Amino acid sequence: MTDAQKNVWAGAIPLQIELHEFDVTTSPPPPPVLVLAPRMGYLPLLISIIKPHFSSTLPPGEDTIWFEYKGLPLKWYIPTGVLFDLLCVEPKRPWNLTVNFRRYPKNILLPCESEDTVKWSFINSLKEAAYIITGNCKNVMNMSQTDQAELWQSVLKSNLDAFQRVSSKLKLGTFEDEFVVHIDSNTKKLQQSSGETDVAAQMKIARIPVRLYVWTVSEDFDDFEDAPPTPIDSWDKVSYINRPVEVHKEEGKYFSLRDAIESLLPEFFGERNLSDERDPSTKQSAEEGGENPFDPVSLCSQLKNAEIKFVRIQGIEPKLEIPFSWVARNLINPEHFLHTCVCLKVIQA
Amino acid sequence: MSLFKSSEEKQDAGSLISKEERNMLENEEPFDCASLGPESDYQEINHYDFHVVYSASYKVPVLYFRAYHCDGQPLLLSEIEKGLPGLSVKLLSESKWTFITQEEHPYLNRPWYKLHPCGTCEWMKLLFSTHKSLTTNGSTIEHYLISWFSVVGQVFGLKIPLEMLNCS
Repeated sequence: MTDAQKNVWAGAIPLQIELHEFDVTTSPPPPPVLVLAPRMGYLPLLISIIKPHFSSTLPPGEDTIWFEYKGLPLKWYIPTGVLFDLLCVEPKRPWNLTVNFRRYPKNILLPCESEDTVKWSFINSLKEAAYIITGNCKNVMNMSQTDQAELWQSVLKSNLDAFQRVSSKLKLGTFEDEFVVHIDSNTKKLQQSSGETDVAAQMKIARIPVRLYVWTVSEDFDDFEDAPPTPIDSWDKVSYINRPVEVHKEEGKYFSLRDAIESLLPEFFGERNLSDERDPSTKQSAEEGGENPFDPVSLCSQLKNAEIKFVRIQGIEPKLEIPFSWVARNLINPEHFLHTCVCLKVIQA
Repeated sequence: MSLFKSSEEKQDAGSLISKEERNMLENEEPFDCASLGPESDYQEINHYDFHVVYSASYKVPVLYFRAYHCDGQPLLLSEIEKGLPGLSVKLLSESKWTFITQEEHPYLNRPWYKLHPCGTCEWMKLLFSTHKSLTTNGSTIEHYLISWFSVVGQVFGLKIPLEMLNCS
């Protein structure tokens, strides 16, 4: 367990939660409740802490919890830390949210009946990650009931030790052991590959589960405190890209976080061909391509001029030159997805 | 083995109502679906939208769908299941390869339903294991989608017109 992993698991967002006025039946309205929400957790799981504060003022009837930030209903299956990194650009602490117990926006949000709904969403994501990494979901589907329960409890309590005890049985980390990044040819291998020949290991393609949340700005800004960009007021302004990063492990090739993100956004950064990614002439010929609309090469010439303004993962804005393997090993969520918020500056050509 | 180009494919297979029925509805006076009198012989028509979206995670196409009443009210899963061909309900409950989950549409930011893709690769392999001639790339791709749809479409009683199978 690395220090980075420990810090990430200990991460939490201070929330100041106010009850929506439509749910208030007493006067004066109840004060907001302050909650420290784990980054790795999900908002509906906070119901046991939040509801007691407001239960005396809620109208009679059935309660279905949902949250909103500045009028935007929050997608409950996105981890709390990711929601904060994406929506609270400045970032402001505490994060002011509104909680509702009625008027569930079922045309916008998937239903969330109970803790079980959140748990199954988590397990489904874990299955998807397992499929991406190993090519099948057998390890997750064959988990014993006890293991599954322990895994979920470790997520609920942000207990990294308990989590690693169970998740190590799933063997979803093997690609990390085999994937070696050579900074220069003189450095020794950082970790030994497990049992494969050198040739086979070198040709390995690792697939890493990533969920990208991309939003674009058209003007420049330097400081969020002074002139924050327009906040995200609709989910239509965020492009959600659920696509694994494919890393072609090759001797001497350095694969950075920037490379990984650009590979997921070919509409902005062109189709990646890793064997000649360092060859400037290939990229140039793609950009100068003809206007034939059916020619994939000419599509690149219509690329918008895009620049990565910043990238936020687990509340950190890493330098884009950082090795992607480090990010993939240390900053993933418990369901093995790397949730990455990307702000792109795009100037229409 | 991936038979697809890397870009996603999205098709709207269209609603199940025929054009004539829809026109008839539009020409009628507005009425409240919830208060049909016994003298009316109006039959409720449900709308289904189908989208085929490529899943980069599972590397297969996925069938997304949603259903709603004529007034726009979405159908509950139990109501959808009532409208499915009899065999489908049995298949959905017994098969480990076909089950419906409710999930957000990857592009439309709205709750839709989907036929879960985790088994697709397995049963497509079975389907193709009897296919002797996977010849040129072009015909293989067309056959893949048609073959795939011939299986998933059955869940909803959707059939492929014979003309689609003539791809040379």
